[in-house]
Amino acid sequence: MSVRVENLSVAYRSHRGDVTAVDDVSFALADGEIMGLAGESGSGKSTIGNALIYLDQRMKATGGTVTVDGRELPISDDRAMRPLRMTEVSLVPQYAMSALTPTRKIGKLITDLLKSHHVKDRDAVLTELRRRLALIGLTEEVLGKYSFELSGGMRQRVTIIMSTLLNPSLLIADEVTSALDVSTQRAVGEMLLEFRDRGYVKSAIAITHDLSILAQIADSIAIMYAGRLAERAPVATIVNEPLHPYTQALIASLPEVGVRHDQVTLTGIPGRPPSLVNPPAGCRFRDRCPFAFDKCLETPPFLQVRPGHSVACWKVSDSRAAVAGRPGQEQAV
Amino acid sequence: MSTLIKFDQVSKLYPATSRAGGLTPALRKVSFELPPGEVISLIGESGSGKTTIGKVLLRLARPTSGTVTFGGKDITAYSQRGLRDYYRDVQGVFQDPFSSYNPIYRVDRVYDMVRGSYFPKVSDSEWSGRVEAALDSVALNPGDVLGKYPHQLSGGQQQRLLIARALLLEVKVLVADEIISMLDASTRVDVLNLLVKLKRQGLAILFITHDLSLGNYVSDRTIILRHGAIVEMGATEKIFANPRHEYTRMLLSAVPELHSKWQHSPLGPVAVAAPALALAPALAQASMLDELTHAEQVVKRDLRAVFGGARAVASGKSQVALALEPPQLREYEPDHLVADPE
Repeated sequence: MSVRVENLSVAYRSHRGDVTAVDDVSFALADGEIMGLAGESGSGKSTIGNALIYLDQRMKATGGTVTVDGRELPISDDRAMRPLRMTEVSLVPQYAMSALTPTRKIGKLITDLLKSHHVKDRDAVLTELRRRLALIGLTEEVLGKYSFELSGGMRQRVTIIMSTLLNPSLLIADEVTSALDVSTQRAVGEMLLEFRDRGYVKSAIAITHDLSILAQIADSIAIMYAGRLAERAPVATIVNEPLHPYTQALIASLPEVGVRHDQVTLTGIPGRPPSLVNPPAGCRFRDRCPFAFDKCLETPPFLQVRPGHSVACWKVSDSRAAVAGRPGQEQAV
Repeated sequence: MSTLIKFDQVSKLYPATSRAGGLTPALRKVSFELPPGEVISLIGESGSGKTTIGKVLLRLARPTSGTVTFGGKDITAYSQRGLRDYYRDVQGVFQDPFSSYNPIYRVDRVYDMVRGSYFPKVSDSEWSGRVEAALDSVALNPGDVLGKYPHQLSGGQQQRLLIARALLLEVKVLVADEIISMLDASTRVDVLNLLVKLKRQGLAILFITHDLSLGNYVSDRTIILRHGAIVEMGATEKIFANPRHEYTRMLLSAVPELHSKWQHSPLGPVAVAAPALALAPALAQASMLDELTHAEQVVKRDLRAVFGGARAVASGKSQVALALEPPQLREYEPDHLVADPE
């Protein structure tokens, strides 16, 4: 396991007290795995991404550990994290389109990056840079340009090149495709796959609210709801046989090409997520869940129902337990 | 009155953003009509001119040539009062809600301004009732959003506040420019269904998007734009069932779908300093688009050469006019036009 996050909790300081945006989240990524992290805005998905690389002053880790390649990340210690950024953990930020300063040429930004990380053999890295630019269809000319001279897709690709230049073990890609056109989206998605296949990044977490992009590029998907993990499974399982009611509703609300309003009326999920300032006890999806029952007043555990598939839902774990109780039935599940 | 909005041969040139200068043709002789109660999707990539069409309709950009009429009247003729009445009927909601608010005021101010301009005689209680009804129809809880500053709200909340603002005005035409792209999946469909509901009440909607599945779900007719020109337009189901233009097909093939995977063919080894071979088809496609956009920024002649008549320089005129000339649209079947390849 190259990346292991255990019982991670992250809180934001606010004048009304701490707001726990990420609550006891655990997951692991194998080498070469791209995990999609999906959820609504405010679900804590970006907070997880940020916590793994940079806890800013408003945030604090209130519990849990993060291990990358067997080494624990000192996520609460900004100074100790500094040499690990870009080399162990790297981030493509959410607003990558505007992450490049307009006052420096791209080439200058890259030499700054190498300087601040005390890279010894700069020539080797720059040679590798040229190779990677060629790989994704950019010429060396971009190094002599300012960011505003590039199209959105080019800017996004340059940002990913920079984030992965020092071959990080874990890449956190936060909404990298959200602001792009469909054809550019596809190019950037395939670029992530290619970089993973070539080992430029060992594993990656792709954070987005767009499940259909994750269906293309991710190996597994984790669904977050109101600061907690709701479900984690391989992509095909999430898409075809999701178990958590929230995942089911989310999948059902997506329009596919060819679906029109006069043929099928899609439905959203009524209601909204609870406030995280004083979250209600028990399952946080309870108020919006069509299957809620008494037991949902207790917090459901995030349990593995079969290898690689974990769900936090009483309905699911109860029915699985019932099935598992009958001998000989387990295989059929 | 069967047609509410009519675009007739509308062109728009912008100064290019590159250091080399020049002009970018954002729209090239675009013509279409929008009747009441219809949703038209404008689909295209960035630089295709879809947002410019919305801006022209909202009078945020003046067309370089051609006319836009609302109920038979040229919209460029409005001034002062006429313009205020025009905005009572035609409103826009934009892609980026963050830049639609003044950060030093509470978000309610957008409603107060609507009230001050258009409904000064409505009583406080009736007004707050209307605001609550509008917020309710976009699935917002008034207590959660009213009295807050923009930075205290999520993008989705801000966006829905702006749609509610347009609803308060009871507009006839809504320009919805990428309004869905910043919303969560679970509320996206609600906003789409809201648009369908409003359309059934007679609202005409210009739905601008790069997401073909969203455009397909909500619209009656579809216009595919590329480099400022219409390449395919007609009834939505005809275009999606039978896309004729190569560009439309390329766009459709790039749409991520839940149940089918892109064919990703791994790239071979790449030598250092190899000429920029974009090897995967999608990557090649993207960089081809980058280059085309750049190549089209070379129209450097005086605007008068195109539109000025007598003073036009003969050679310059033909060159620029050629660059502005959109591909010819031909009828493939009833209500389905396809452009010649460029």
